[in-house]
Amino acid sequence: MNSQPRIVEVRKNILKQNDVIARRLRERFQHEGIFVMSLVSSPGSGKTLFLEKLMSVLRHKYRVAALVGDLATENDALRLARSGAPVKQITTGTLCHLEASMVEQALNGWDVGPLDVLFVENVGNLVCPSSYDLGEKLRVVLMSVTEGEDKPLKYPTIFNGADLAVITKVDLAAAAEFDSLSLERNLRLVRPDIRIFYVSAKNGDAMDSCVDFLEAQIRTLRAPLHAERQIQAVT
Amino acid sequence: MHELSIALSIIEIVEEEMQSRGAQQILAVHVRLGALSGVVKDALIFSYDTASEQTALAGSRLVVEEVPVVMDCPECGQRREVRSPQQLCCATCGTSALDIVQGRELLVSGLEVLE
Repeated sequence: MNSQPRIVEVRKNILKQNDVIARRLRERFQHEGIFVMSLVSSPGSGKTLFLEKLMSVLRHKYRVAALVGDLATENDALRLARSGAPVKQITTGTLCHLEASMVEQALNGWDVGPLDVLFVENVGNLVCPSSYDLGEKLRVVLMSVTEGEDKPLKYPTIFNGADLAVITKVDLAAAAEFDSLSLERNLRLVRPDIRIFYVSAKNGDAMDSCVDFLEAQIRTLRAPLHAERQIQAVT
Repeated sequence: MHELSIALSIIEIVEEEMQSRGAQQILAVHVRLGALSGVVKDALIFSYDTASEQTALAGSRLVVEEVPVVMDCPECGQRREVRSPQQLCCATCGTSALDIVQGRELLVSGLEVLE
């Protein structure tokens, strides 16, 4: 008997299962013309209030809904429901992040009707969600002015994986002695082309610029779909 | 701490490989871990050792190869390592890393099989 170990080459993506589902979701969203944005941040940076305000504005123009991940409690889902848009809670139990399969399952069991925009609020965590593609079009990382300008350097992976950074609670900037130049320098070290918005969801400061940006994204996504439908209607 | 989920995925992948190759015993599993994969090496090894206990992989080692972040540098005209995950710019000339070509890997790359 030959007891020498043999080295076998393999090349298997460890997150293949998640990536396959995320790709399936992305194709589905594309096909159905749904703009999907996910939100990641540390706990307490203001994801839920930001989203509540965003949804209350967008729901007058678009069919908007949200999936919200939390370890426990339905508090965030209840808060988001105040926007008037449909909201579904994904309770992860002890899991510290959302996975594509959870998003797919939540959508499959949800009779929410046709949508234009879907928000996915991840569990408050700046580490684990970074490894999992959820099939979203745009990933937003939020961070409040009280969290320290060096946060992007402490969590480079999550900031590198985000398309957009939203700096929240700017109404507290002076009290926190927040240094925006230092933050922007750090953000661009870990994600050179990131877009940055400063908002106060509490008093509504600069929420308009975020809404405008998102609406432009939604229009871009839907333009080819509309053109296709018009061609279909003509032919 | 999502390393346990990652470790469970590794075990699942290796068990499938063992079945398809008719392998009886695995001495070690090699993985490639990018510096931007969001996974911590030590936590992954700890999780793997615990999670593999009651499986066909019990007693096997997880060998982690850490993969640095590499960018396509437009200024140098070639692939370069970046300074660090906290400084995603060309280690040679300092140009921002807009085109990252390596460093997000999370792969099972090899198995040491006892025949």
